Amino acid sequence: MNFEYHVEGGDFTNAGSTSSQVKRMLKKIGVSPEIVKKTVVALYEAEVNIVAHAYRGDIFVDLEEDHVKIVLADEGPGIPDIDKAMQKGYSTASQKVREMGFGAGMGLPNIKNNSDSLNITSEVGKGTTIEFINYFQ
Amino acid sequence: MAEDFHHALKFKYDLCIGCSHCTGVCPTSAIHVEDGHPVLDPNRCVDCGRCYVACPMNAIYIEQDDFQTIYDYKYPVLLVPSIFLAQFEEKIRERTILSALLHLGFKDIYEVEKSVDFIKEYIRRDLENGNVPYEKPVISSFCPAIVRLIQVKFPVLVDNIYLVKAPFDMTAEYIKKSLTEKGVKEEDIGIFYVSPCAAKIAAIKSPVGEEKSPVSGVINMNYLYSKVLRVIKTGEYKMCDESARFHRLSKASITYPLTGGETKMLRIGRNLAIDDIHNVSEFLEKVEDEDIQDIDFLELRACDGSCCGGILTAENRFLMIERQRKRMQKCSDEVDSEDNDLLNYFDYLADKRHVSEVEPRSMDKMDDNVAAAMQKMKRAFEINQNLPQVDCHLCGYPSCKALAEAVVTDKAQIQQCIFVQRAMEHYDLLTPKEAHDISAKVWGAKKTDPTIAKNLNL
Repeated sequence: MNFEYHVEGGDFTNAGSTSSQVKRMLKKIGVSPEIVKKTVVALYEAEVNIVAHAYRGDIFVDLEEDHVKIVLADEGPGIPDIDKAMQKGYSTASQKVREMGFGAGMGLPNIKNNSDSLNITSEVGKGTTIEFINYFQ
Repeated sequence: MAEDFHHALKFKYDLCIGCSHCTGVCPTSAIHVEDGHPVLDPNRCVDCGRCYVACPMNAIYIEQDDFQTIYDYKYPVLLVPSIFLAQFEEKIRERTILSALLHLGFKDIYEVEKSVDFIKEYIRRDLENGNVPYEKPVISSFCPAIVRLIQVKFPVLVDNIYLVKAPFDMTAEYIKKSLTEKGVKEEDIGIFYVSPCAAKIAAIKSPVGEEKSPVSGVINMNYLYSKVLRVIKTGEYKMCDESARFHRLSKASITYPLTGGETKMLRIGRNLAIDDIHNVSEFLEKVEDEDIQDIDFLELRACDGSCCGGILTAENRFLMIERQRKRMQKCSDEVDSEDNDLLNYFDYLADKRHVSEVEPRSMDKMDDNVAAAMQKMKRAFEINQNLPQVDCHLCGYPSCKALAEAVVTDKAQIQQCIFVQRAMEHYDLLTPKEAHDISAKVWGAKKTDPTIAKNLNL
């Protein structure tokens, strides 16, 4: 099953609504609570990243019998150095975003810790695509 | 699937007029209407009692043990929450209430909150030893309706529940132990707990994450209130002597059953106290979504006003809270083991306090098989997209979404929706008579009797 969601950059009010909807679906098909939690944590982080850094983005959810694949593709500044961004505590968030309690770093490492496989591609000035898969067993 | 939950809430179909008010207020959508009456899904209901409050006909009752069973025991003991006293007007003195309770046949009267000082100390030690759930926020297990709500609606959060026995269970363990030490035979002791709500009753009858409760029977608080008031009004009791009184409790023990009492006592990091099951649901949804983070402890209560808002209390909750606070002001900050004998049993109770794990039992799962569940979920989405989203209840379900899910799990038929009926009639897929019969199956023959039109001179 495929689902598509749109995220607007800067719209913190609705940040997290996709992860909430995906969570509900995973519960309905009987995915174990631990894996629901993992997926919610990873997706929430990735979704908030779009809101905090990008202009807009789309989230594609591919729900299969044994796994869920989530692709978040944004139009935004891109990540110049992905390895650096993967380091704990590293953040490029603006002061304004930090004041709202976001952008304290940890975003990407947290996604990595809560996904079974993670792939990040990025082009400076164009955008970032994050793809991760979580298996149900 | 595990055994069905035991429920203390029951419907009296002879009083029920099939108004369906109960279906709309249920926080877990556990009730739907069939043949003019509510039907409960036992795996969704958490015994919060919102339906009991909403019912205009008093057609929902709460099971309780026959009061007479107290006389089956040679040594019946009453275990009563401190808020029981807060139901009575100030002019009725504590000693009078105590005398009336003794008159009813109880040998001893203990307040539930006698074990609160023990719990406080124990949790303090747990915290020091890092012996609390790893998952944050740690969620209090005090309110059994909340524990069940988490099991069915927020299974992701079951590992956040801090598993400690409730005060009534700890006090009951103490009563049993101390009385047997005084020479009372164990089989003669009957411990009767007075419950302010349905959830506590259900929890005693089939405890979640706990072995058999030491409590022998349950008495509904409003029933005992009436019984005591009757004894007082008729004056048929003998005033007990001056020295007899309720046990001394600390300030913290008296505030414990009020909203914020537990967080105030435990002072665990950043904490919040939230009451009313709909407020709790809203909050937990956000916690589960990771939208709310960095909270250390949550005190959650199903009833507005915590236990004072329990559905089996006899007095207005705001007055009860006021009286409870007044009583608190007269209490001392600390009570030692001389005043509270329970504290002499610290190690014994510490051994008894553990409860086994709470299992998640998601109510949302649409099928045990993932592939089948996905198919059903997909179909339910498609159906729901074509429903009016009016949530009118006329199909017998609390929402369009609930009907769609009932259809794909073969519990209902889509023609129960009156909008679908009209659409089908338009294409001659359904006759008005057939549509009427479908509605009659949901709402019963009486409500859908065609003579209504005649009675209205139409």
